[in-house]
Amino acid sequence: MEDTLLHIIHDKLKSKFGEDIISAEQAYDFPVYTVSKKKIIEIISFLYNEEELGFRFLTTMCGIQFPENKGGEFCIMYQLHNMPKNWRIRLKVFTPSNDMEYPTLTGIFSTANWMEREAFDFYGFIFKGHPNLIRILNVEDMNYFPMRKEYPLEDGTREDKNDSMFGR
Amino acid sequence: MIEEKQIKKTTESLPFGEVGGASKDYTTLNLGPTHPATHGIFQNIVKMDGEIIVDAVPTIGYIHRAFEKIAERRPYYQITPLTDRMNYCSSPINNMGWHMTVEKLAGIEIPKRVQYMRVVIMELARIADHIVCNSVIGVDTGALSGFLYVFQQREHIYEIYEEICGARLTTNVGRIGGLERDFSPKCIDKIEYFLKTFPAVLKEFESLLMRNRIFMDRTISVGAITAERALNYGFTGPNLRATGVDYDVRVMNPYSGYQDFDFVVPVGTSGDTYDRFMVREQEMWESLSIIRQAMDKIKQMPEKVFHADVPEFYLPPKEEVYNNMEALIYHFKIVMGEVEVPKGEVYHSVEGGNGELGFYLVSDGGRTPYRLHFRRPCFIYYQAYTEMIKGAMLSDAILTLSSLNVIAGELDA
Repeated sequence: MEDTLLHIIHDKLKSKFGEDIISAEQAYDFPVYTVSKKKIIEIISFLYNEEELGFRFLTTMCGIQFPENKGGEFCIMYQLHNMPKNWRIRLKVFTPSNDMEYPTLTGIFSTANWMEREAFDFYGFIFKGHPNLIRILNVEDMNYFPMRKEYPLEDGTREDKNDSMFGR
Repeated sequence: MIEEKQIKKTTESLPFGEVGGASKDYTTLNLGPTHPATHGIFQNIVKMDGEIIVDAVPTIGYIHRAFEKIAERRPYYQITPLTDRMNYCSSPINNMGWHMTVEKLAGIEIPKRVQYMRVVIMELARIADHIVCNSVIGVDTGALSGFLYVFQQREHIYEIYEEICGARLTTNVGRIGGLERDFSPKCIDKIEYFLKTFPAVLKEFESLLMRNRIFMDRTISVGAITAERALNYGFTGPNLRATGVDYDVRVMNPYSGYQDFDFVVPVGTSGDTYDRFMVREQEMWESLSIIRQAMDKIKQMPEKVFHADVPEFYLPPKEEVYNNMEALIYHFKIVMGEVEVPKGEVYHSVEGGNGELGFYLVSDGGRTPYRLHFRRPCFIYYQAYTEMIKGAMLSDAILTLSSLNVIAGELDA
Protein backbone atom coordinates (compact mmCIF):
# COMPACT_ATOMS: atom_id res chain seq x y z
CA MET A 1 0.00 0.00 0.00
CA GLU A 2 2.83 2.34 0.79
CA ASP A 3 4.42 1.53 -2.48
CA THR A 4 1.32 2.70 -4.26
CA LEU A 5 1.26 5.86 -2.16
CA LEU A 6 4.68 6.64 -3.55
CA HIS A 7 3.29 6.32 -7.06
CA ILE A 8 0.00 8.13 -6.48
CA ILE A 9 1.74 11.24 -5.25
CA HIS A 10 4.55 10.94 -7.74
CA ASP A 11 2.12 10.82 -10.64
CA LYS A 12 0.29 13.88 -9.38
CA LEU A 13 3.44 15.84 -8.82
CA LYS A 14 4.99 14.75 -12.09
CA SER A 15 1.97 15.75 -14.16
CA LYS A 16 1.91 19.15 -12.50
CA PHE A 17 5.58 19.97 -12.13
CA GLY A 18 7.35 17.68 -14.61
CA GLU A 19 11.08 18.19 -14.53
CA ASP A 20 11.09 19.79 -11.10
CA ILE A 21 10.45 16.43 -9.48
CA ILE A 22 13.92 14.99 -9.68
CA SER A 23 13.50 11.58 -8.11
CA ALA A 24 11.20 9.46 -5.98
CA GLU A 25 12.10 6.55 -3.77
CA GLN A 26 10.78 4.62 -0.83
CA ALA A 27 12.88 4.97 2.33
CA TYR A 28 11.46 2.49 4.86
CA ASP A 29 7.88 3.64 5.48
CA PHE A 30 8.28 7.03 3.83
CA PRO A 31 7.98 8.06 0.20
CA VAL A 32 10.82 10.49 -0.44
CA TYR A 33 10.82 12.99 -3.28
CA THR A 34 13.76 15.05 -4.31
CA VAL A 35 12.51 18.26 -5.82
CA SER A 36 14.13 21.33 -7.27
CA LYS A 37 14.57 24.38 -5.14
CA LYS A 38 13.00 26.99 -7.35
CA LYS A 39 9.59 25.30 -7.27
CA ILE A 40 9.53 24.22 -3.64
CA ILE A 41 6.90 26.72 -2.49
CA GLU A 42 4.62 25.86 -5.42
CA ILE A 43 5.04 22.16 -4.74
CA ILE A 44 4.28 22.45 -1.04
CA SER A 45 1.28 24.70 -1.61
CA PHE A 46 0.04 22.27 -4.25
CA LEU A 47 0.40 19.43 -1.75
CA TYR A 48 -1.37 21.58 0.83
CA ASN A 49 -4.27 22.75 -1.30
CA GLU A 50 -4.99 19.86 -3.67
CA GLU A 51 -8.16 18.17 -2.50
CA GLU A 52 -6.96 14.60 -2.72
CA LEU A 53 -3.54 15.28 -1.25
CA GLY A 54 -4.22 17.69 1.59
CA PHE A 55 -0.86 17.66 3.32
CA ARG A 56 -1.86 20.20 5.93
CA PHE A 57 0.61 19.38 8.67
CA LEU A 58 4.33 20.07 8.67
CA THR A 59 5.74 17.39 10.95
CA THR A 60 9.29 18.55 10.90
CA MET A 61 12.05 19.97 8.79
CA CYS A 62 15.81 20.05 9.19
CA GLY A 63 19.00 20.74 7.34
CA ILE A 64 21.56 18.14 6.35
CA GLN A 65 25.01 18.55 4.87
CA PHE A 66 26.65 16.21 2.38
CA PRO A 67 30.10 17.69 1.71
CA GLU A 68 30.94 14.97 -0.85
CA ASN A 69 27.83 15.57 -2.92
CA LYS A 70 29.24 18.24 -5.21
CA GLY A 71 26.66 20.69 -6.49
CA GLY A 72 24.23 19.72 -3.72
CA GLU A 73 26.24 20.01 -0.55
CA PHE A 74 23.31 21.15 1.55
CA CYS A 75 19.86 19.75 1.81
CA ILE A 76 16.67 20.58 3.61
CA MET A 77 14.27 17.83 4.49
CA TYR A 78 10.56 18.60 4.90
CA GLN A 79 8.13 16.07 6.30
CA LEU A 80 4.47 16.55 5.55
CA HIS A 81 1.54 14.70 6.98
CA ASN A 82 -2.01 14.23 5.77
CA MET A 83 -3.68 13.38 9.03
CA PRO A 84 -7.13 12.13 7.88
CA LYS A 85 -5.59 9.66 5.44
CA ASN A 86 -2.43 9.13 7.48
CA TRP A 87 -0.14 9.78 4.53
CA ARG A 88 3.32 10.92 5.37
CA ILE A 89 5.89 12.04 2.84
CA ARG A 90 9.32 13.56 2.88
CA LEU A 91 10.63 16.16 0.47
CA LYS A 92 14.30 16.79 -0.01
CA VAL A 93 15.68 19.91 -1.59
CA PHE A 94 19.36 20.10 -2.39
CA THR A 95 21.36 23.25 -2.92
CA PRO A 96 25.03 24.00 -3.67
CA SER A 97 27.06 25.51 -0.85
CA ASN A 98 27.41 28.88 -2.59
CA ASP A 99 23.65 29.39 -2.72
CA MET A 100 22.11 28.96 0.70
CA GLU A 101 18.93 30.85 -0.04
CA TYR A 102 15.57 29.15 0.30
CA PRO A 103 12.09 30.57 0.14
CA THR A 104 10.36 30.61 3.50
CA LEU A 105 7.48 28.32 4.39
CA THR A 106 6.13 30.61 7.09
CA GLY A 107 3.41 31.79 4.71
CA ILE A 108 1.92 28.30 4.69
CA PHE A 109 2.85 26.88 8.08
CA SER A 110 3.30 29.06 11.15
CA THR A 111 5.32 26.26 12.67
CA ALA A 112 8.01 26.70 10.04
CA ASN A 113 9.07 29.91 11.79
CA TRP A 114 11.22 28.39 14.49
CA MET A 115 12.17 25.35 12.45
CA GLU A 116 13.67 27.64 9.83
CA ARG A 117 15.40 29.67 12.49
CA GLU A 118 16.88 26.44 13.79
CA ALA A 119 18.08 25.46 10.33
CA PHE A 120 19.61 28.92 9.93
CA ASP A 121 21.20 28.69 13.34
CA PHE A 122 22.79 25.30 12.71
CA TYR A 123 23.66 25.42 9.01
CA GLY A 124 23.32 28.98 7.81
CA PHE A 125 20.40 28.54 5.43
CA ILE A 126 18.91 31.89 4.49
CA PHE A 127 15.14 31.87 4.24
CA LYS A 128 13.96 34.71 2.07
CA GLY A 129 10.91 36.42 3.46
CA HIS A 130 11.22 34.99 6.94
CA PRO A 131 9.81 37.48 9.47
CA ASN A 132 12.56 37.16 12.05
CA LEU A 133 15.55 35.16 10.89
CA ILE A 134 17.86 35.27 13.90
CA ARG A 135 19.66 32.59 15.87
CA ILE A 136 17.41 30.62 18.14
CA LEU A 137 19.35 28.13 20.23
CA ASN A 138 22.91 29.38 20.02
CA VAL A 139 24.25 32.67 21.30
CA GLU A 140 23.64 35.63 19.07
CA ASP A 141 27.28 36.60 18.59
CA MET A 142 28.33 33.18 17.35
CA ASN A 143 30.06 33.66 14.02
CA TYR A 144 29.86 30.18 12.53
CA PHE A 145 27.27 27.49 11.89
CA PRO A 146 28.06 24.69 14.31
CA MET A 147 26.28 21.74 12.71
CA ARG A 148 28.34 21.94 9.55
CA LYS A 149 30.63 18.97 9.12
CA GLU A 150 33.80 21.06 8.99
CA TYR A 151 33.42 21.94 12.66
CA PRO A 152 34.62 19.10 14.84
CA LEU A 153 32.75 18.29 18.00
CA GLU A 154 35.82 18.74 20.11
CA ASP A 155 38.60 21.26 20.03
CA GLY A 156 40.62 20.35 16.95
CA THR A 157 43.95 21.07 18.63
CA ARG A 158 43.65 18.29 21.18
CA GLU A 159 46.38 15.68 20.92
CA ASP A 160 45.58 13.39 23.84
CA LYS A 161 42.89 11.56 21.93
CA ASN A 162 43.92 9.35 19.05
CA ASP A 163 40.95 8.09 17.13
CA SER A 164 42.81 6.74 14.11
CA MET A 165 42.25 3.10 15.01
CA PHE A 166 38.50 3.07 15.37
CA GLY A 167 37.54 6.42 13.91
CA ARG A 168 35.04 6.93 11.21
CA MET B 1 18.33 44.36 21.85
CA ILE B 2 16.41 42.48 19.24
CA GLU B 3 13.59 42.04 21.68
CA GLU B 4 13.13 45.73 22.11
CA LYS B 5 13.09 46.32 18.40
CA GLN B 6 10.42 43.67 18.02
CA ILE B 7 8.28 45.13 20.72
CA LYS B 8 8.45 48.52 19.04
CA LYS B 9 7.48 47.01 15.75
CA THR B 10 4.30 45.47 17.07
CA THR B 11 3.27 48.70 18.77
CA GLU B 12 2.21 50.19 15.49
CA SER B 13 -0.33 47.49 14.80
CA LEU B 14 -1.66 47.20 18.28
CA PRO B 15 -3.97 44.19 18.37
CA PHE B 16 -6.45 45.59 20.85
CA GLY B 17 -6.97 48.34 23.39
CA GLU B 18 -9.39 51.14 22.82
CA VAL B 19 -7.26 54.16 23.64
CA GLY B 20 -3.80 52.93 22.57
CA GLY B 21 -1.63 55.10 20.43
CA ALA B 22 1.66 56.79 21.08
CA SER B 23 0.59 58.46 24.30
CA LYS B 24 -0.13 55.21 26.08
CA ASP B 25 2.39 53.92 28.59
CA TYR B 26 3.36 50.28 28.61
CA THR B 27 5.38 48.34 31.09
CA THR B 28 8.07 45.98 29.91
CA LEU B 29 8.49 43.06 32.22
CA ASN B 30 11.23 40.49 32.07
CA LEU B 31 9.75 37.13 32.97
CA GLY B 32 12.45 34.56 33.51
CA PRO B 33 14.82 32.96 32.63
CA THR B 34 14.94 31.70 36.21
CA HIS B 35 11.63 32.49 37.71
CA PRO B 36 9.87 29.99 39.96
CA ALA B 37 6.61 30.43 38.10
CA THR B 38 8.00 29.40 34.74
CA HIS B 39 8.96 25.84 35.77
CA GLY B 40 12.08 25.80 33.68
CA ILE B 41 14.47 28.11 31.96
CA PHE B 42 12.30 30.24 29.72
CA GLN B 43 12.59 33.91 29.20
CA ASN B 44 9.69 36.00 28.03
CA ILE B 45 9.95 39.71 27.71
CA VAL B 46 6.38 40.83 27.96
CA LYS B 47 4.93 44.18 27.18
CA MET B 48 2.06 44.97 29.45
CA ASP B 49 -0.82 47.34 29.56
CA GLY B 50 -1.64 47.28 33.25
CA GLU B 51 -2.02 43.60 33.96
CA ILE B 52 -2.82 42.63 30.39
CA ILE B 53 -0.18 41.26 28.07
CA VAL B 54 0.08 43.15 24.82
CA ASP B 55 3.03 41.36 23.35
CA ALA B 56 5.70 38.89 24.31
CA VAL B 57 9.05 37.89 22.91
CA PRO B 58 10.32 34.49 24.01
CA THR B 59 14.01 33.71 24.14
CA ILE B 60 15.00 30.08 24.23
CA GLY B 61 18.23 28.14 24.17
CA TYR B 62 19.36 28.64 27.74
CA ILE B 63 20.08 24.95 28.19
CA HIS B 64 20.96 24.07 24.63
CA ARG B 65 23.43 21.21 24.76
CA ALA B 66 23.92 20.49 21.04
CA PHE B 67 22.59 16.93 21.19
CA GLU B 68 22.28 16.70 17.43
CA LYS B 69 25.95 17.54 17.03
CA ILE B 70 27.09 15.26 19.85
CA ALA B 71 25.05 12.42 18.36
CA GLU B 72 27.06 12.63 15.15
CA ARG B 73 30.12 11.48 17.07
CA ARG B 74 28.60 8.77 19.23
CA PRO B 75 27.92 5.09 18.58
CA TYR B 76 24.25 4.23 18.47
CA TYR B 77 24.00 2.78 21.94
CA GLN B 78 25.63 5.85 23.48
CA ILE B 79 22.93 8.15 22.18
CA THR B 80 20.30 6.78 24.57
CA PRO B 81 21.58 8.87 27.51
CA LEU B 82 21.25 11.99 25.35
CA THR B 83 17.58 11.27 24.75
CA ASP B 84 17.04 10.99 28.52
CA ARG B 85 17.85 14.60 28.90
CA MET B 86 15.29 15.91 26.47
CA ASN B 87 11.93 15.42 28.14
CA TYR B 88 13.25 14.45 31.54
CA CYS B 89 9.75 14.05 32.95
CA SER B 90 9.18 10.99 30.79
CA SER B 91 12.64 9.88 29.72
CA PRO B 92 11.75 6.18 29.19
CA ILE B 93 9.56 7.17 26.25
CA ASN B 94 12.48 8.99 24.66
CA ASN B 95 14.78 6.01 25.25
CA MET B 96 12.32 3.57 23.73
CA GLY B 97 11.71 5.86 20.78
CA TRP B 98 15.40 5.92 20.05
CA HIS B 99 15.79 2.16 20.38
CA MET B 100 12.87 1.62 18.04
CA THR B 101 14.37 4.01 15.50
CA VAL B 102 17.61 2.02 15.37
CA GLU B 103 15.67 -1.24 15.32
CA LYS B 104 13.66 0.03 12.38
CA LEU B 105 16.85 1.01 10.57
CA ALA B 106 18.51 -2.35 11.21
CA GLY B 107 15.32 -4.34 10.63
CA ILE B 108 15.28 -5.93 14.07
CA GLU B 109 12.13 -7.80 15.01
CA ILE B 110 11.24 -7.47 18.68
CA PRO B 111 9.43 -10.31 20.49
CA LYS B 112 5.89 -9.51 21.58
CA ARG B 113 6.65 -9.90 25.26
CA VAL B 114 9.40 -7.30 25.07
CA GLN B 115 7.11 -4.95 23.20
CA TYR B 116 4.51 -5.23 25.95
CA MET B 117 7.13 -4.69 28.63
CA ARG B 118 8.14 -1.54 26.80
CA VAL B 119 4.52 -0.47 26.66
CA VAL B 120 4.27 -0.87 30.44
CA ILE B 121 7.34 1.30 30.96
CA MET B 122 6.22 3.91 28.46
CA GLU B 123 2.74 4.20 29.94
CA LEU B 124 4.17 4.53 33.44
CA ALA B 125 6.31 7.34 32.08
CA ARG B 126 3.28 8.98 30.53
CA ILE B 127 1.48 8.89 33.86
CA ALA B 128 4.52 10.40 35.58
CA ASP B 129 4.67 13.14 32.96
CA HIS B 130 0.98 13.97 33.21
CA ILE B 131 1.10 13.93 37.01
CA VAL B 132 3.74 16.64 36.91
CA CYS B 133 1.86 18.75 34.41
CA ASN B 134 -1.57 18.50 35.98
CA SER B 135 -0.48 18.96 39.56
CA VAL B 136 1.55 21.99 38.54
CA ILE B 137 -1.53 23.49 36.92
CA GLY B 138 -3.07 23.06 40.35
CA VAL B 139 -0.13 24.80 42.01
CA ASP B 140 -0.39 27.73 39.65
CA THR B 141 -4.02 28.18 40.55
CA GLY B 142 -3.12 28.07 44.23
CA ALA B 143 -3.84 24.44 45.12
CA LEU B 144 -0.56 23.16 46.52
CA SER B 145 -1.87 20.17 48.44
CA GLY B 146 -2.93 18.20 45.39
CA PHE B 147 0.55 18.55 43.97
CA LEU B 148 2.18 17.13 47.08
CA TYR B 149 -0.37 14.35 47.22
CA VAL B 150 0.12 12.99 43.70
CA PHE B 151 3.87 13.40 43.77
CA GLN B 152 3.86 10.52 46.21
CA GLN B 153 2.56 8.41 43.34
CA ARG B 154 5.22 9.69 41.01
CA GLU B 155 7.68 8.48 43.58
CA HIS B 156 6.16 4.98 43.25
CA ILE B 157 6.69 5.14 39.50
CA TYR B 158 10.29 6.16 40.02
CA GLU B 159 10.74 3.21 42.34
CA ILE B 160 9.46 0.96 39.57
CA TYR B 161 12.02 2.50 37.19
CA GLU B 162 14.64 1.81 39.80
CA GLU B 163 13.67 -1.85 39.88
CA ILE B 164 13.77 -2.06 36.10
CA CYS B 165 16.96 -0.19 35.30
CA GLY B 166 18.51 1.19 38.48
CA ALA B 167 17.98 4.85 37.66
CA ARG B 168 15.18 7.23 38.49
CA LEU B 169 15.12 10.41 36.46
CA THR B 170 17.48 9.97 33.52
CA THR B 171 16.69 6.33 33.14
CA ASN B 172 18.65 5.12 30.10
CA VAL B 173 16.29 2.16 30.17
CA GLY B 174 16.35 -0.59 27.58
CA ARG B 175 18.85 -1.51 24.93
CA ILE B 176 18.78 -1.70 21.18
CA GLY B 177 17.05 -5.05 20.71
CA GLY B 178 15.18 -5.26 23.98
CA LEU B 179 15.53 -4.50 27.65
CA GLU B 180 18.63 -4.97 29.75
CA ARG B 181 16.94 -7.34 32.18
CA ASP B 182 13.65 -9.02 32.82
CA PHE B 183 11.06 -7.58 35.20
CA SER B 184 12.02 -8.92 38.60
CA PRO B 185 9.28 -10.36 40.88
CA LYS B 186 9.77 -7.33 43.11
CA CYS B 187 9.25 -5.05 40.14
CA ILE B 188 6.04 -6.83 39.18
CA ASP B 189 4.87 -6.51 42.80
CA LYS B 190 5.57 -2.79 42.67
CA ILE B 191 3.67 -2.37 39.43
CA GLU B 192 0.73 -4.30 40.90
CA TYR B 193 0.86 -2.16 44.01
CA PHE B 194 0.87 0.98 41.91
CA LEU B 195 -2.06 -0.24 39.83
CA LYS B 196 -3.94 -0.94 43.02
CA THR B 197 -3.27 2.33 44.84
CA PHE B 198 -3.08 4.89 42.07
CA PRO B 199 -6.76 4.95 40.94
CA ALA B 200 -7.98 6.06 44.37
CA VAL B 201 -5.37 8.81 44.55
CA LEU B 202 -6.10 10.03 41.04
CA LYS B 203 -9.79 10.02 41.82
CA GLU B 204 -9.23 12.11 44.89
CA PHE B 205 -6.97 14.49 42.99
CA GLU B 206 -9.69 14.90 40.41
CA SER B 207 -12.31 15.58 43.02
CA LEU B 208 -10.05 18.31 44.40
CA LEU B 209 -9.83 20.18 41.13
CA MET B 210 -12.16 19.03 38.42
CA ARG B 211 -15.39 20.67 39.65
CA ASN B 212 -13.69 23.18 41.89
CA ARG B 213 -15.20 26.60 41.25
CA ILE B 214 -11.94 28.50 41.68
CA PHE B 215 -10.04 26.09 39.48
CA MET B 216 -12.69 26.23 36.77
CA ASP B 217 -12.81 30.02 36.84
CA ARG B 218 -9.07 30.18 36.49
CA THR B 219 -8.75 27.66 33.64
CA ILE B 220 -11.86 27.63 31.46
CA SER B 221 -11.31 29.66 28.27
CA VAL B 222 -7.82 30.62 29.38
CA GLY B 223 -5.04 30.20 26.84
CA ALA B 224 -7.35 28.75 24.21
CA ILE B 225 -6.28 27.91 20.69
CA THR B 226 -8.41 26.71 17.80
CA ALA B 227 -7.81 23.40 16.07
CA GLU B 228 -6.81 25.11 12.81
CA ARG B 229 -4.21 27.30 14.48
CA ALA B 230 -2.96 24.38 16.54
CA LEU B 231 -2.45 22.24 13.45
CA ASN B 232 -0.81 25.12 11.64
CA TYR B 233 1.54 25.51 14.57
CA GLY B 234 2.40 21.81 14.50
CA PHE B 235 0.79 20.94 17.81
CA THR B 236 0.67 17.26 18.69
CA GLY B 237 -0.13 15.26 21.77
CA PRO B 238 -2.50 16.31 24.57
CA ASN B 239 -2.33 19.95 23.56
CA LEU B 240 -3.64 19.16 20.10
CA ARG B 241 -6.19 16.68 21.39
CA ALA B 242 -7.53 19.36 23.73
CA THR B 243 -8.56 21.32 20.65
CA GLY B 244 -10.59 18.39 19.37
CA VAL B 245 -8.23 16.68 16.91
CA ASP B 246 -7.88 13.00 17.74
CA TYR B 247 -4.32 12.58 16.51
CA ASP B 248 -2.39 10.08 18.55
CA VAL B 249 0.72 8.40 17.19
CA ARG B 250 -0.10 5.26 19.16
CA VAL B 251 -3.28 4.86 17.12
CA MET B 252 -2.30 6.42 13.82
CA ASN B 253 1.03 4.65 13.37
CA PRO B 254 1.13 1.97 16.05
CA TYR B 255 4.52 0.91 17.32
CA SER B 256 5.64 -1.55 19.94
CA GLY B 257 2.38 -3.50 19.81
CA TYR B 258 -0.01 -0.65 20.67
CA GLN B 259 -2.44 -2.05 18.10
CA ASP B 260 -3.12 -4.95 20.49
CA PHE B 261 -4.50 -2.73 23.22
CA ASP B 262 -7.92 -1.35 23.73
CA PHE B 263 -7.92 2.30 24.71
CA VAL B 264 -9.72 5.54 24.05
CA VAL B 265 -8.14 8.72 22.72
CA PRO B 266 -9.69 11.51 24.81
CA VAL B 267 -10.30 14.82 23.06
CA GLY B 268 -11.37 18.23 24.26
CA THR B 269 -13.42 20.85 22.50
CA SER B 270 -12.10 24.35 23.07
CA GLY B 271 -8.34 23.85 23.46
CA ASP B 272 -8.13 25.88 26.65
CA THR B 273 -6.24 25.16 29.84
CA TYR B 274 -9.13 23.26 31.37
CA ASP B 275 -9.39 20.99 28.33
CA ARG B 276 -5.68 20.30 28.37
CA PHE B 277 -5.96 19.41 32.03
CA MET B 278 -8.92 17.10 31.38
CA VAL B 279 -7.30 15.40 28.39
CA ARG B 280 -4.21 14.62 30.44
CA GLU B 281 -6.36 13.46 33.33
CA GLN B 282 -8.28 11.08 31.09
CA GLU B 283 -5.09 9.87 29.44
CA MET B 284 -3.81 8.77 32.81
CA TRP B 285 -6.86 6.53 33.19
CA GLU B 286 -6.29 5.14 29.72
CA SER B 287 -2.62 4.54 30.49
CA LEU B 288 -3.61 2.66 33.62
CA SER B 289 -5.89 0.45 31.59
CA ILE B 290 -3.14 -0.15 29.00
CA ILE B 291 -0.71 -1.14 31.75
CA ARG B 292 -3.27 -3.58 33.16
CA GLN B 293 -3.86 -5.14 29.75
CA ALA B 294 -0.13 -5.35 29.10
CA MET B 295 0.61 -6.96 32.47
CA ASP B 296 -2.09 -9.56 31.82
CA LYS B 297 -0.59 -10.32 28.42
CA ILE B 298 2.95 -10.53 29.83
CA LYS B 299 1.83 -13.03 32.46
CA GLN B 300 0.40 -15.34 29.83
CA MET B 301 3.62 -15.40 27.82
CA PRO B 302 6.67 -17.61 28.31
CA GLU B 303 9.00 -16.07 30.85
CA LYS B 304 12.60 -14.92 30.51
CA VAL B 305 12.19 -13.36 27.07
CA PHE B 306 13.40 -9.81 27.43
CA HIS B 307 15.37 -9.14 24.27
CA ALA B 308 15.52 -10.11 20.62
CA ASP B 309 18.17 -12.48 19.37
CA VAL B 310 20.46 -9.87 17.83
CA PRO B 311 24.01 -10.51 19.06
CA GLU B 312 25.41 -7.74 16.82
CA PHE B 313 23.45 -5.13 18.78
CA TYR B 314 22.60 -6.61 22.14
CA LEU B 315 25.44 -6.90 24.67
CA PRO B 316 25.95 -10.49 25.87
CA PRO B 317 25.85 -11.26 29.61
CA LYS B 318 29.12 -10.62 31.39
CA GLU B 319 29.78 -14.27 32.35
CA GLU B 320 29.59 -15.24 28.71
CA VAL B 321 32.00 -12.51 27.69
CA TYR B 322 34.58 -14.03 30.03
CA ASN B 323 33.97 -17.66 29.05
CA ASN B 324 32.81 -17.68 25.46
CA MET B 325 34.81 -16.56 22.44
CA GLU B 326 31.83 -15.60 20.31
CA ALA B 327 30.31 -13.49 23.06
CA LEU B 328 33.66 -11.79 23.59
CA ILE B 329 33.87 -10.87 19.93
CA TYR B 330 30.37 -9.43 19.89
CA HIS B 331 31.03 -7.55 23.11
CA PHE B 332 34.16 -6.04 21.63
CA LYS B 333 32.43 -5.10 18.41
CA ILE B 334 29.52 -3.43 20.15
CA VAL B 335 31.65 -1.52 22.63
CA MET B 336 34.06 -0.33 19.97
CA GLY B 337 31.22 0.61 17.63
CA GLU B 338 32.20 -1.78 14.86
CA VAL B 339 28.68 -3.01 14.24
CA GLU B 340 27.43 -3.10 10.68
CA VAL B 341 24.51 -0.72 10.35
CA PRO B 342 22.66 -0.47 7.04
CA LYS B 343 22.77 2.74 5.05
CA GLY B 344 19.57 4.65 4.79
CA GLU B 345 17.33 7.23 6.33
CA VAL B 346 14.57 6.44 8.73
CA TYR B 347 12.02 8.41 10.69
CA HIS B 348 10.30 6.94 13.66
CA SER B 349 7.94 8.71 16.00
CA VAL B 350 6.45 7.81 19.33
CA GLU B 351 3.73 9.48 21.34
CA GLY B 352 5.79 11.25 23.96
CA GLY B 353 4.40 12.94 27.03
CA ASN B 354 3.90 16.12 25.04
CA GLY B 355 3.27 14.88 21.54
CA GLU B 356 4.89 13.31 18.57
CA LEU B 357 8.51 12.73 19.44
CA GLY B 358 10.28 11.91 16.22
CA PHE B 359 13.76 10.70 15.39
CA TYR B 360 15.05 11.34 11.90
CA LEU B 361 18.19 9.31 11.41
CA VAL B 362 20.46 9.32 8.39
CA SER B 363 22.99 6.51 8.43
CA ASP B 364 25.93 6.21 6.06
CA GLY B 365 26.86 2.80 7.40
CA GLY B 366 29.41 4.24 9.82
CA ARG B 367 29.65 3.73 13.55
CA THR B 368 27.79 6.90 14.33
CA PRO B 369 24.70 8.50 12.78
CA TYR B 370 25.48 10.74 9.85
CA ARG B 371 22.72 13.08 10.90
CA LEU B 372 20.23 12.76 13.69
CA HIS B 373 17.38 15.19 14.05
CA PHE B 374 14.95 15.14 16.92
CA ARG B 375 11.42 16.30 16.31
CA ARG B 376 10.82 17.79 19.70
CA PRO B 377 7.16 18.58 20.32
CA CYS B 378 7.89 21.27 22.91
CA PHE B 379 10.13 23.20 20.57
CA ILE B 380 7.49 23.16 17.90
CA TYR B 381 4.45 24.20 19.91
CA TYR B 382 6.12 26.66 22.25
CA GLN B 383 6.24 29.16 19.40
CA ALA B 384 2.46 29.46 19.62
CA TYR B 385 2.76 30.64 23.20
CA THR B 386 3.07 34.31 22.24
CA GLU B 387 -0.11 34.14 20.24
CA MET B 388 -1.92 32.31 23.03
CA ILE B 389 -1.14 34.80 25.76
CA LYS B 390 -1.76 38.03 23.87
CA GLY B 391 -4.57 39.83 25.56
CA ALA B 392 -4.47 37.60 28.62
CA MET B 393 -3.69 38.52 32.21
CA LEU B 394 -0.18 37.89 33.42
CA SER B 395 -1.31 35.26 35.90
CA ASP B 396 -3.17 33.44 33.12
CA ALA B 397 -0.03 33.43 31.00
CA ILE B 398 1.78 31.54 33.75
CA LEU B 399 -1.07 29.05 33.85
CA THR B 400 -1.03 28.64 30.08
CA LEU B 401 2.68 27.92 30.15
CA SER B 402 2.32 25.21 32.76
CA SER B 403 -0.68 23.66 31.01
CA LEU B 404 1.29 23.43 27.76
CA ASN B 405 3.82 21.42 29.75
CA VAL B 406 6.84 22.93 28.03
CA ILE B 407 9.91 21.07 29.27
CA ALA B 408 13.07 23.14 28.95
CA GLY B 409 15.25 20.13 28.19
CA GLU B 410 13.14 19.16 25.23
CA LEU B 411 12.68 22.72 24.07
CA ASP B 412 16.38 23.39 23.79
CA ALA B 413 17.83 19.90 23.24
